[in-house]
Parts: sequence; C-alpha cells; structure tokens
Amino acid sequence: MAKREAYSKLMEEIHAGKFVYTGELEPEKIGDMEEVIEGAKKLVGHVVAANVTDIPQSFAYMNSLAPSYMIQEIAGLEAVCQMTCRDRNRLAMFADLLAAGALGIKNILALTGDHPSLGDQPEAKPVFDLDSASLTALIRKITDEGIDLNGHEIEHPPKFHVGVAINPGAVPLEPEILKLERKEAIGAEFAQTQVVFEIESAKEFMKAIKHVKVPTLIGIFPLKSFKIGQWMNNFVPGVTIPPNLLDQLKELKKIEDKPRRKEKIAEMNVEYFGEIIKEIRKTTQAAGCHIMAVKWEELIPQLIEVAGR
Amino acid sequence: MIIPKQMPLEKILKTIEGIENILVVGCDGCSGIYQVGGIKQAETLATLIKMHRQLNNEPGEIRHTIVLRQCDQQLVATTLRPQMENIDALLSLACGVGPQTLIDVFPDHKILTAVDTFGMGGKDRELGHFFEYCSGCGDCLLNDTGGICPMTRCPKALVNGPCGGMLDGKCEVGDYKNDCAWFLIYERLKKLGQLDKFKKYREPRDWRVAQSPRKLEI
Ligand code: SF4
Ligand code: SF4
Repeated sequence: MAKREAYSKLMEEIHAGKFVYTGELEPEKIGDMEEVIEGAKKLVGHVVAANVTDIPQSFAYMNSLAPSYMIQEIAGLEAVCQMTCRDRNRLAMFADLLAAGALGIKNILALTGDHPSLGDQPEAKPVFDLDSASLTALIRKITDEGIDLNGHEIEHPPKFHVGVAINPGAVPLEPEILKLERKEAIGAEFAQTQVVFEIESAKEFMKAIKHVKVPTLIGIFPLKSFKIGQWMNNFVPGVTIPPNLLDQLKELKKIEDKPRRKEKIAEMNVEYFGEIIKEIRKTTQAAGCHIMAVKWEELIPQLIEVAGR
Repeated sequence: MIIPKQMPLEKILKTIEGIENILVVGCDGCSGIYQVGGIKQAETLATLIKMHRQLNNEPGEIRHTIVLRQCDQQLVATTLRPQMENIDALLSLACGVGPQTLIDVFPDHKILTAVDTFGMGGKDRELGHFFEYCSGCGDCLLNDTGGICPMTRCPKALVNGPCGGMLDGKCEVGDYKNDCAWFLIYERLKKLGQLDKFKKYREPRDWRVAQSPRKLEI
C-alpha cells in the first residue's frame, strides 16, 4: 500500500522511521482541565503525542475531545484522541469527528470500549452501534473520500490518522491477530498495544504480527507502587507481572521516608522499563512505545534517556 | 423458545393489591413447557394468593386456568370467554406476549403479568440453565458466523468481534464466567475451515430491520 500523506507529527515521525514515544493523559471525574494540561506540559518535547482517554473502563469521567483540543492549544502537545463506541451511535460519533476535525485534532484511536457493566455506572445502556473496525472505516471514508458512512459529501472534510488497539496478552492470540489483519485491510494506520511487562512477550508478539504492516507501538505501564502492581496482576485480565518485579516493589514499600521511597521506586522503574524499551527498540520492528505514566509524567524523560531514541 | 421466569411472589402480590376477583392464566406454550406457566404453576400461584388473602382477611375470588398458547388471539378468546364471569383482572403466566394478547381480546379488563421474560433461548435440563440465543433481530447472521449469534450472545452485539475484553475465550461482562460469543464464532469457523469469514470486515448493521414494533404479514 502506498504511504498516505502525514497530517500529524505522530505520523510524520512514524513515516520517517523514528522510534516514536507517545504518552497518556486521563481526564477524570473533574470539572476543570488544569491537571491534564499540566501533565501535557511536562510531556512536551519528550513524546510526540499523548493519548487522551475516553471514559476509560466505563468510569463516568470527562470526555476526550475537549481536553484533546486544550492540550494542543495550551500545552502545544499533539493529541491522540481516543474514541470509544460504547456511548454514542454513528450519528454522534460522526458529529464528534467533524468537531474534532474543526478543532485541529489529527489522530484518533478507534476503540470499541469496555462494557458499561465494568464501570461506575453499570446500569447504563450500552450503545456499540459501531465498533472499532467500523469506526476505523468511517474515519477512512471521511479522510480519503470526504464522505459519511452513507456516501454523503462533507464540506471541508477533516483529515485524520486512525489508530487501533491490540492486546499482546490475548489468549488465544490468533483471533487478536486476525482482527489486526482485518483492521489493516480497512486502513488502520497505527496500533498501540496493551501493557507489556516482559521483553520476551513483546518480542514474541512482534514476531507474531510481522506480516502485518501496521506500525505498532508497544504499551508500557510503569508501576507506581506494590499495591498497583498486585492489583493489576490479580484483577486486570491478561496481565501478568513478573514476580521479581513485584518482589522489588514489595521491598521498596518498606522504605518509610515517603519522598525517598518515591525516588527509589522511580529509579527502579526507570531501570526496569528503560531496559525493556531499549531492547524493544533494538531488536523488534516496533514503531515505538506508548508509555502510560498517568500523573507520573516526569518519569518519561528518564525512561527515554535509558532507552534511547 | 421464549425464556420466562416467575416474578417473586411479593412483587406479584403487590401488583394485584386491591383487585378482588382474579383469573390466573397459564400458557401451555413455552412458559408451560418450561414449567413456569403450566397448569400446575397456575394452580400453585392461585393457591398462594388465596392463602395470603385468607391470612389478611382480604376479599375476592382467585381462580386459575390455562390457554394452549396465550400468543394466539383466537385460542385466548375461545378458551377464556366462558370463564370471565365476575373476573376483574387476568394475571398471566405467559411471556410478555401473553398479557398483551389478553389486552387485545379483553380490552376492558385489568391485565397483569406474573412473569419476567428473558428473550429467546434454550434450556440445559441437566444444569437447569436457560440461555438466550436469539433476540429476533430480523436479519439473521447465523449463516455467516458459524451458527453462533453475536447479536444476542455478545453483550455488545458486535459484528466485528471479539473486543479487547475477551480472555481465555471468556467475556469481560459477567466476570469472565460466560463464553465470549466471538471466541465461539472463531472456534466454529476455524473448525469449518472458514476463518476468512472471521477475518472479513462486516459493515455496521442496518438497524431498521430490527426497528420495533415489527409486523409480519402472513
Ligand atoms: S442474528 Fe438475529 S435472527 Fe439470527 S439468531 Fe441472532 S438475533 Fe436471532
Ligand atoms: S468479550 Fe466477546 S462476547 Fe464479550 S463483549 Fe467482547 S466480543 Fe462480546
């Protein structure tokens, strides 16, 4: 497939063959954007863009569109605006895409979204009129043909890059890969993976998708505390945290002085994940890493220093 | 068949509060076969209501009967007309179609239901499980999905599954206890050598065919 034009910095860097870094920002149950914008400011110059989550895990939080715009405008950080299909039908998704285009959003991550029953409003009616694949197809239609799903023309159609998510920890993996192939055929331009905690799983996964030509960023999730690690290990499906990593965090938990403890945990993360990212960069065809250090933005430059660009 | 479940007795008693003469109407269709709305269950429910009324010194007569299929207006009319004397309300033990058919036939009576209806499915007698298999979407996908219905068995009704919530073949909804419909579809299609059907992209559905209320001319 001929390379498409790049409308965003993220895509420019991917096309240029750079090892790219993206970050993640999570607007929560909050009525202002200060925290998100402050987080974005800390990421500028280190990552090329940051994902802005869209009601993650079905918790009733702020939407992704407005903060995506604000971090671009105020912090000067490019957004990857996440869009899930859980809460909006195709009319509303299309309307938000037009608005996103008008606001200068260039990257969309097309997600199906978690079921409402997983979140803090489990009584909600699920929508899922579209799914991650048909949302990808819709974005392609808008960008490539300037039309909506039914072929009606759009005036001044926006141009987007559309990314998708993939889970290296999916069991079994085959349907997950077939799904990526499906989305490649529709025209997904990049993929970001779920979190990976071991270099071997990253390598194996990249080998398994070698035939798929969708630039893929491996997901990295630094662990702020033993508690979070333990929780992820026990309750996040498909995530296994290596025991030695958990042991290290458990040891560090014993440090009583809080600032020192934080510092030591940061050091450990930088060392552990810095090496993993370096190895990913050197030994796999991954296009980059997506580092989910939400409210821990200062860790990212340190990680990149170890991992290299 | 249609999956019925009798409401808790308390809820039923509350709905019939203040109504004197009631005919409990079973249905020998799905509800009867599933032993929710059979003649025995109609009799039991009528007895329980009578006992409750006696204990509380409440007036009224409670009778029970059954219709071969409560979804058939003619059967309802011929079976129930002779039994309607003095009756203020009909309490249906059929699926949600039953009471609405009763309204069509007896528009001047109070019509109530004693059943929560869960859709269309089957039953595993050994395990005593009901499971929903079809939601009557009006544009059947089964020939394309290895015979497994994603409209009903995937809580997101996805046509391009599985979603990221599938783990070990189980679904994120219901604490990974239920099968992921798209995993089942994948397995079926793989067994049939039709993974190309799994991989292909499916356009979003045309929901007009599922637009309620629908009417079929026969
Ligand atoms: S695809 Fe529609 S008609 Fe076919 S089984 Fe599923 S809900 Fe029923
Ligand atoms: S895990 Fe499977 S069945 Fe459950 S919502 Fe996702 S695709 Fe549907």
